[in-house]
Amino acid sequence: MAAVEKIIENRIDDKTTDSKALKWVGTRAPRPDGVDKVTGRAKFGADTHLPNMLIGKVLRSPHAHARILSIDPSAALALPGVKAVVTRDDFPDQPAGAVQPAGEMIINYRDMTRNIMAREKALYEGHAVAAVAAVSDRVAGQALTLIKVDYEVLPHVIDVDEAMGADAPLIQEDLITEGMDPAPEKPSNIAKRVEFGHGDIETGFSQAQVVIEREFKTRPVHQGYIEPHACLASFSEDGQADLWCSTQGHYVARGHCATLLGMDVSKLRVTSSEIGGGFGGKTVVYLEPVALALSRKACQPVKMVMTRDEVFRASGPACGTSMQVRIGATREGKITAGDATLKFQAGAFAGSPVPAAAMCAFAPYDLEHVRSVGYDVLVNRPKVAAYRAPGAPLGEYAVESVIDELAKALELDPIEFRLLNAVREGVDSSYGPKFGPIGCIQTLEAARDHDHYQTPLGSGQGRGVATGYWFNIGGQTSATLNLSEDGSVALVVGTPDIGGSRASLAMMTAETLGIELDKVRPLVGDTSALGYNMLTGGSRVTFAGGIAVVGAAEDLIRQLCERAALTWDLPLDDVEWIEGEARPANGRAGSEAPMSMAEIAKDMAKSGGPIVGRHSTNAQGAGPSFGTHVVDVDVDRETGRVSVTRYTVVQDAGKAIHPGYVEGQYQGGAVQGIGWALNEEYIYDEKGKIENAGFLDYRVPVCSDVPMIDTVIVEVPNPEHPYGVRGVGETPIVPPLAAISNAVENALGIRFTELPMSPPRVLAAIEQAG
Amino acid sequence: MARNHVTTTINGDPVEFLCDTEQTLLDVLRDELHLTGSKEGCASGDCGACSVTMDGRLVCACLVLAVETQGAEVETIEGMADGDRLHPLQQKFLDHAALQCGVCTPGFLVAAKSLLERNPDPTESEVRYWLAGNLCRCTGYDKIVRAVLDTAAEMRE
Ligand code: FES
Ligand code: FES
Repeated sequence: MAAVEKIIENRIDDKTTDSKALKWVGTRAPRPDGVDKVTGRAKFGADTHLPNMLIGKVLRSPHAHARILSIDPSAALALPGVKAVVTRDDFPDQPAGAVQPAGEMIINYRDMTRNIMAREKALYEGHAVAAVAAVSDRVAGQALTLIKVDYEVLPHVIDVDEAMGADAPLIQEDLITEGMDPAPEKPSNIAKRVEFGHGDIETGFSQAQVVIEREFKTRPVHQGYIEPHACLASFSEDGQADLWCSTQGHYVARGHCATLLGMDVSKLRVTSSEIGGGFGGKTVVYLEPVALALSRKACQPVKMVMTRDEVFRASGPACGTSMQVRIGATREGKITAGDATLKFQAGAFAGSPVPAAAMCAFAPYDLEHVRSVGYDVLVNRPKVAAYRAPGAPLGEYAVESVIDELAKALELDPIEFRLLNAVREGVDSSYGPKFGPIGCIQTLEAARDHDHYQTPLGSGQGRGVATGYWFNIGGQTSATLNLSEDGSVALVVGTPDIGGSRASLAMMTAETLGIELDKVRPLVGDTSALGYNMLTGGSRVTFAGGIAVVGAAEDLIRQLCERAALTWDLPLDDVEWIEGEARPANGRAGSEAPMSMAEIAKDMAKSGGPIVGRHSTNAQGAGPSFGTHVVDVDVDRETGRVSVTRYTVVQDAGKAIHPGYVEGQYQGGAVQGIGWALNEEYIYDEKGKIENAGFLDYRVPVCSDVPMIDTVIVEVPNPEHPYGVRGVGETPIVPPLAAISNAVENALGIRFTELPMSPPRVLAAIEQAG
Repeated sequence: MARNHVTTTINGDPVEFLCDTEQTLLDVLRDELHLTGSKEGCASGDCGACSVTMDGRLVCACLVLAVETQGAEVETIEGMADGDRLHPLQQKFLDHAALQCGVCTPGFLVAAKSLLERNPDPTESEVRYWLAGNLCRCTGYDKIVRAVLDTAAEMRE
């Protein structure tokens, strides 16, 4: 169809040659949900109230590992104002092996039902054991103290290396390691072994003149979103239900809840609230199925909100690790082999992101001989959730630390050493697929040429560099454009807006339609408004959502051209869509006055009825992205405190639809990485209880801890997206851990192989070095 | 248990409410008065998402008992804009893309307004230390600090 082909052609020309021809894409347009968010009007997870609403609360295990012998809720139920109690008995068990991919993690419903409500055993301190709904927060709290749980406390294990030991307490008594040939006969805490790579490692090492091998250890960290988990459930007597919640994916949450409650998916409607941060941690459900079960029992709406203490003890975190990396190179600086063994804590249930970590670890390098092996290991901690490029920062921390040491040993500039070995288009990645167009070299060169890298350091300071990689994903996505009778359009999408996606999706829509941006009102629809949508995660929304909204806009344009053709009595091929209006084309150009969207919309009743543009896709071809970070640090030799004095993020965005929010992703990821590298960690006592479940003792970076974060947006277009978009949200957290560790080494001459490099650890190392 | 009757002023309007003695100002604002612009990130004074002013003083609403507001003047995010005119800080936060998820934004705005009332010409360090009680996990603070400095510059003109 001529009109649409023309649009596509124009767009591709814009993308590859003259980006100035774009009116909205690439601008810093106002954000459609902005005013609501600066006035306090925006409704987040805990901001909705319903008449007759109850408050739900969760009773949590005080033990890291205990068999649950019995649960007696009778005294709680007898308390006036208590309307319902739920326990393991209120959730049907799920068949073994019911596994489903969801975003970047894999969902196992047999595990999930045990995670949202403990069954045979409580597997970590904070594990939900029962929940109550009552007329007030106070009564609900009182009721929790009246639920009697009989525990048999069991030995626990927290550390990943100990959990792999032969005599470690078993977290799941029947767990046989997957991915081993032959399969082990005895159960262990090792859920899975994965291996990626190619070539022959020992051949590679035999070609090396310099080989460096190191062991690393990192602690779990929390995603640290400022908004705690919150939801409001309303189950009606006829079995239909509504759920409002703060989630990265309300379709995904709907599927999980319906499965866990044993109900038809379509009987449950989920509306996503505004979401106060997620970073991967709100891709799973915790309170939602419990609130629904309570509401079903009480026949009243039930609201549940986690305290910060519960967020730390029972949600997230990202895993702690134990890692080993060996890399060899020739004297000239060519890497001949890379080998990594990554052991990741999964928490109480299988499913750490160790496969992704193993795939990303060597991804920036063009290697003939490479291997990375990963182990997914159960420990008595909360089940890990995705955290921004799940797994990748950890594997790259280990690899990029060794790369830095090698550069030093070879007396090469660390960026030049990376450039000598960097991947480019057409190279087989370390984990398999051949790379398409990528920007690894471009980000390294931009970092090298940046004023930051060229500026000499102050005395006592150190500078570090690291490169990071993330795949980014596509996935199922739907969008609808409802044309209003005045020619403005409502854009309905199904991905929660976590950081400006209403803006970027509306901008691509207006661009494609050729209309003013303020004629597009973007909305996040509930689960009944659209076809399926995968969650907001994997840096996928501007990529996959962009394909969906551009497709919906093209569908709308096709129909608008049809209406104009009908009005003018022209063949469709003689109508084209230019700058937001239908015009006669070819031999008939100029024969009729152009028709705007408003004019076509005004008469749509006469020309065939309502006009709706739609597109649903399972988007493929996400553009992987590379980033290189440069960081300067100052180390206080007396206190061991490391201060970041300058920071620059260079990353390939493919195309920045809204540069302001792309920069924001870069800056936010870098600062989360600073926290991870320097301060954040879970601290456990000998009983396996968390000692720092609050923002006072689990210290995330505050405003006075960090400098301005400089950004460079490199744009190597992704040919699979109409405007060239790659994902941007996750890659920024991949390089910081190694970049900062490398900077500390540069400042002190001490190589840290443990995170975080908190003041006590740094001070001890300085004192030890004398 | 008898509830307490409190008479106070919120965003210039007279307000009366009943509360339990242990209820915080944040609980009452959010759950009784449905002024949900102030957020609860921690309930322990560590995140600043609940920032409001009481008699001109910047406080964490989660650390103030609701009964303490008897006779006081409380200002929340809901009172920051003047009719349909955004406060310059609100506008600059939008212009600078100083919010991503936006859950920390009300607290930052209330805290920044309180800073600029005391110090119309803060340095970057002064802004960073004044806002050190407000956590933002999304932005890395860069654009927030720029928005505050830019607002201060504009308001001085
Ligand atoms: S909720 Fe008051 S400081 Fe966090
Ligand atoms: S914008 Fe999300 S916490 Fe600040």
